Amino acid sequence: MGKHALRYSVLLYLAALLVAPVVMVGYRTFEHGFSPVWDALSSHDAVSALKLSLLITVIAVPINIVFGVTTGWLLARRRMPLPWLVDALINLPFAMSPVVVGLAVFVLYSRTGWIGTYLFSHGIPVLFTWKAMTIATIFVSLPFVVREVVPVLEELGTEQEQAAAVLGASQLQAFFRVTLPAIRWAVVYGTILTVARSLGEYGAVNIVSSNVVGQTLTLPLYVNNRVNQLDPQAAYSAGLLLAVLSLLILVGMTTFSSRRRQPEAAE
Amino acid sequence: MSITVRDVSKSFGDFHALVDVSVDIEAGHLTAVLGPSGGGKSTLLRIIAGLETADRGHVEIDGVDVTNVPARQRGIGFVFQHYAAFTHMTVWENVAFGLKIQKAPKDRIKTRVAELLSLVHLDGFASRYPAELSGGQRQRMALARALAVEPGLLLLDEPFGALDVKVRQELRDWLRRLHDEVHTTTIFVTHDQEEAMEIADRIIVVNHGRIEQAGRPEELYDRPANDFVMGFLGPVTRLGGQLVRPHDIQVSTKATAGAQHATLERVVSLGFETRIVAAPADGAEPVTVQLTRNQVHELDLGVGSDVYLTALARAS
Repeated sequence: MGKHALRYSVLLYLAALLVAPVVMVGYRTFEHGFSPVWDALSSHDAVSALKLSLLITVIAVPINIVFGVTTGWLLARRRMPLPWLVDALINLPFAMSPVVVGLAVFVLYSRTGWIGTYLFSHGIPVLFTWKAMTIATIFVSLPFVVREVVPVLEELGTEQEQAAAVLGASQLQAFFRVTLPAIRWAVVYGTILTVARSLGEYGAVNIVSSNVVGQTLTLPLYVNNRVNQLDPQAAYSAGLLLAVLSLLILVGMTTFSSRRRQPEAAE
Repeated sequence: MSITVRDVSKSFGDFHALVDVSVDIEAGHLTAVLGPSGGGKSTLLRIIAGLETADRGHVEIDGVDVTNVPARQRGIGFVFQHYAAFTHMTVWENVAFGLKIQKAPKDRIKTRVAELLSLVHLDGFASRYPAELSGGQRQRMALARALAVEPGLLLLDEPFGALDVKVRQELRDWLRRLHDEVHTTTIFVTHDQEEAMEIADRIIVVNHGRIEQAGRPEELYDRPANDFVMGFLGPVTRLGGQLVRPHDIQVSTKATAGAQHATLERVVSLGFETRIVAAPADGAEPVTVQLTRNQVHELDLGVGSDVYLTALARAS
């Protein structure tokens, strides 16, 4: 009996805390049928927010994949100078509140900031545009690929790379033909996490955005804006769209989570 | 390809893997680098391959100094103890890898890979993945992969170390036959003296980062340079303070000049061979002697018998 009580109370807790709110959003969204949802999502402002979210993600994710795989390889193969420092720095976005990240980007790119001074004098506005929002997003989603790739590379070892080398492969050839295919599931998993974080980021982008509806609002910022403007139908609809995207990401994560830890089962 | 290693030293932190090692390896031979684990034999092989850089000294292949030539330009084949199979590639793709890197024409790759797969008896396994092969099959695939680029030198690092006894014996015989057919200069590392004695033309004994002795197997067995080589290459026992082979001791039941008086403690019958253990009268450690069953019968030996032991002069 005690065992069952424990199981069901945990289920109940999860249902109350996680499932109920999401179901509630779904219910509220479709309370008045499909057409208000469609109208809300096809409005100029909502489409603009979705487009901006996708634009930022499409830029941030590839940059973090290339950086993450390269850094991960250098760390795992002990070729990184000051590895302990780099390792700690990569965890910084995990440890730091996104608001502080946003603030840091704000300070750096403002008219009096180190980079901002230069950019403003050359007439290149970055702060309060999608560019600063992208920089903030890259910052907060930076650790995911590195963290997924390093343990798999360590598990993989260097023998396959050495075998490729004696067969005449250059270091680049060995990497692209042998190493990368062997760690591909870890890269895919890290990418999914990066996409999720990039689409959902709120705190960091909020600070460096000019928050102009229809121009510099991402989907999460747009949801917040609609809540403040007492426009519940638009808020619920955009919120549900974000939830559906997360659900797709969740499906992807479940599919790849069992494969990612092995560098392709060898035994 | 002939290889010359001159005054090579290599340390890993405080550990001296190789200390001023010099050795010549003749072209066309099957050479074994034999020694206990941690003795530096794998390091020597990896330095010849270019997978490890020597701290000091140099390596020549066919008289050309290759000390600073990267592994991929040395024209060698290397077989790893744990196969180092490319896990995401099929057997066919594994074997074809080196040829693809060389950008060999497609039809040549096809014929060459087919040739090699039949050489290593993996004809029907081309589209399998390494995970679907047994250990022995994986190592044969690794051999085919190494041979695909027609290396002038084949290096094998404990190639059969991870396999069970039966498969090991098979692959051992097979490697010897392969070498007799292809004549590629081959060096393999092993800690198994039987394996080295059985298939190698030359043996290099490495211990504590130094070369103890190099030569033909029977030379090393009959005229070991020191007690370590003697002990490592075959069974030994101590008689009158001297290290001798158990089959190089004469047993008599009558006292003779210079013979060691001993009492028989144990008689172990191993089929054709019988091993006896005798305790010397002077209290030294027990001596093991290897006899045939007939000798034991003729001498009428049993536990408690008085025997007189003499070391036979070493055959030379």
